Amino acid sequence: MSLPRTLFEKIWDQHTIVTNEGGQTLLYVDWLLCSEGSIHAFNILRAEGEKVRCPERVFGVADHYPASGGPTMADVLDDERRNMIATLDRNTQQYGIQYFGLGDPRRGIQHLVGPEQGLAQPGVIILCGDSHTSTQAAVGAIAFGIGGELAHVLATQTIWQRKPANMRVTVEGKRPPGVAAKDVILAIIAKVGAGGAVQHAIEYAGSTIRDMSVEERMTVCNMSIEAGARAGIIAPDEKTAAYVKGRPYAPRGEQAWNQAVAYWNSLPSDADAKFEREVTLDATTLAPMVTWGNSPENALPITAVVPEPDSEPDAQRRAGMVRSLEYMDLKPGTRMTDIAIDQVFIGSCTNSRIEDLRAAAAIANGRKAIVPALVTPGSTGVKQQAEAEGLDRIFRAAGFAWGEAGCSMCVSMNGDTVPAGKRCASTSNRNFRGRQGKDSRTHLVSPIMAVAAALSGRLADVRDFLRN
Amino acid sequence: MDAFTTLTAVAVPIDVDNVDNDQHIPARLMRKPRIGKAYGGYWFHDQRFNEDGSEMPDFVLNKPGFRDARIVVAAKNYACGSSRLGAVYVHYDYGIRAVIAVSFGDVFYNNCFKNGILPVRLDEATVARLRRELHAQPGTTIALDLPQQTVTGPDGTVYPFDIDAFGKRCLLQGLSDIKLTLEQEPRIKAFEDKHRQQMSWLFQTAPQEGAK
Ligand code: SF4
Repeated sequence: MSLPRTLFEKIWDQHTIVTNEGGQTLLYVDWLLCSEGSIHAFNILRAEGEKVRCPERVFGVADHYPASGGPTMADVLDDERRNMIATLDRNTQQYGIQYFGLGDPRRGIQHLVGPEQGLAQPGVIILCGDSHTSTQAAVGAIAFGIGGELAHVLATQTIWQRKPANMRVTVEGKRPPGVAAKDVILAIIAKVGAGGAVQHAIEYAGSTIRDMSVEERMTVCNMSIEAGARAGIIAPDEKTAAYVKGRPYAPRGEQAWNQAVAYWNSLPSDADAKFEREVTLDATTLAPMVTWGNSPENALPITAVVPEPDSEPDAQRRAGMVRSLEYMDLKPGTRMTDIAIDQVFIGSCTNSRIEDLRAAAAIANGRKAIVPALVTPGSTGVKQQAEAEGLDRIFRAAGFAWGEAGCSMCVSMNGDTVPAGKRCASTSNRNFRGRQGKDSRTHLVSPIMAVAAALSGRLADVRDFLRN
Repeated sequence: MDAFTTLTAVAVPIDVDNVDNDQHIPARLMRKPRIGKAYGGYWFHDQRFNEDGSEMPDFVLNKPGFRDARIVVAAKNYACGSSRLGAVYVHYDYGIRAVIAVSFGDVFYNNCFKNGILPVRLDEATVARLRRELHAQPGTTIALDLPQQTVTGPDGTVYPFDIDAFGKRCLLQGLSDIKLTLEQEPRIKAFEDKHRQQMSWLFQTAPQEGAK
C-alpha cells in the first residue's frame, strides 16, 4: 500500500524526474507563462547560448505595461514602457513562443490568461515569472511564481524545487452577507502572518472553500504568497471540471476528457494524508476586511479601529507597526470607517474576473462615486464579457473610469499611479510601501468594499449598502 | 557566475522584518536596463535618496561604516513579496555577496544561488545579536566560510549553518544551473515520453481559436 499523500504531493510525484543528493527535486513543467519582466531571463539565455526547449509549452503575455487608456502601442505611456513590450514581442518571436500581445483578444493578466485558455487545469504544473501564479492553483494545480528560475525553465522545461511542507487551512461555515472571498483570504493572512507559511504549500479546505465558485477560489489562492507560502492549492471538483471544459487547451475529445477526469478524480488529498500544520477559520464570524499597514497581514474588520502599537508585546513587531502607521499617516484608535480616501482601484489578478466586476457593479448601480475610481478588467475576455453584460455602462454612469485589461494600478508600472501621500482603496494584493506609486498609501479591500469606499469617500462598510 | 567560497567583509544591519522587494527596487525602476552595476544605485532607492538624488543621511546604507558593506544581516522574512529578479540584482550590483537572515522570501532565496549571493539562515537570537554588534561598531566585519558552513561574528563566535547541497555546489563552483540540468537531458527526455503517454491530453495539437 502506498503512503497517504496530499493533493500537492500527488501532483509533485507525477512530475518528478529525479531527486538529487541535496533533496531537491527536478520537476517537469507543463506550461510556462511569461510577461515583460522576462527580459532578464531571455538575456540569460542569450548569454549562455541556450535555446527554449519547448516553445510550444510557453506563452508570452503583455500585462504589466499596456495602458489602461487604450489598446494600442501608441497608447502606452512612454518609450521606456513601449520598449518593455516591444522586447517581449521580439523575444517571443525570436524563440518561437506563442504570444498574446497588444490587440490579441486572449491578452490579459497572465494569471487570468492561464485559466481562461484552459492551461491551468487540475494536476498540472504551471509556472509564471511572476509572484501571483498561485492564483491558478485554484483549479487544483501546482502553480507558483518564479524569478531567477525563469531562464532555467525556458531552457529545460524543468525546475529544481525543494518539496515544501504541507499546511492545511480549513475554513468552515457560510459567509455572512458582504463577506467576499477576498475577506476570507485577508483573514487567513492576518491569522497566519505575512511570513507564517514560508516554505509551506497551503491546501485550502472546508465547506466555505467548497461552496466558493472557481473564480472566488482564485482570489483565495492568489494571495497565498502574501502569507509567505510557496503555493496554495484547492482540490478539484465538479465545479472545476465544468470551469475547464471547452476551453482552448482543455482536453479535447471524449476519450481524452474521460482520461483527464479520471486523473483529476484521483487527486484530492487522501483522508489520512499528513499536514505538518493545520489552521482553522470560522467563516460565519467574518466581517468585510480592510488593511491599515504595509503588510497584507495588517488586516482587520471594517468595524475595527487602527491598532495601538503599545499593545503589541513583541518589540520587533511594535517597531514595524509604528513605521507602518507613520507611512500610512494613521493614528491609533481611529475608526477604519473614518479614514478618508482619495481614490479607488478595482482590478488586478486578485479581483478582476467577471464575477468580481458583476458584484462590484451591483453595488455601484444607480449610485455615484465621490472620489476618482478606476476599474480595469483582468483580461480582454473579461472586458468583452463585462461590456456584453452592460457592466461598463453601470460603472461609467456611477462615475468610475473603465480601462483596458492589465495590471494597471496594482503595481503602477503602466503609469496608473496613486500620487505621493494619497490614499487608495484597492482590490489588489499588496499594500507595500510605494507599491502603487512612490509614497502611495494602499488599503486592500474586496471589490464590493472598494465600491462602498468610492461611494463614501472613505473606507466604508459595504453592508450598509446591502441593506439599502 | 562568480564562485563563492569564503568572504570576510563589512556587514550592514537591516533591522526590520518583512522587507519586501518593492522596497529593494521600486517597480518603476524595473524597466531600467542593467548596464554595468547600474542596479546597485537602485537598492532601497526610495529610502536611500531624496527626490533630488541627494542621500537621506538617516538611512543605514548612507551611514559611515556601512557604505562598503558586502554582507547584509537582516531579520525575518527578508526580501519577501514580488518575485522580481531585480531584487537580487540590486544586492549584487551594490556589492553584496551574502545575506544572513532568520528567514527569506522563497523566490529571493532561490535566486541568490543563481547569482553568486550566499543566503544564510540563522536563528532569531543569533541574527539579532549580530545586528546589535554591527550597530555597536559600524564598519566591523563578519566572516563566512561556505565549505565549512560557518559564520564568524565580530566577536569571534562561530555559528554553523545549514545549506542546500545543490545550491552549495552551484555557489562553490560558480556553475550555471542550466548547464548542470541539461546534463540530465536523457532523463528529462525519458520522463517527457512517459508523461506524454500518461497525460496525453496535455500534448494535443494546438487548439482551435475561440473555443468556449
Ligand atoms: S495584477 Fe498585480 S499582482 Fe497580479 S500579475 Fe499584475 S502586477 Fe502582479
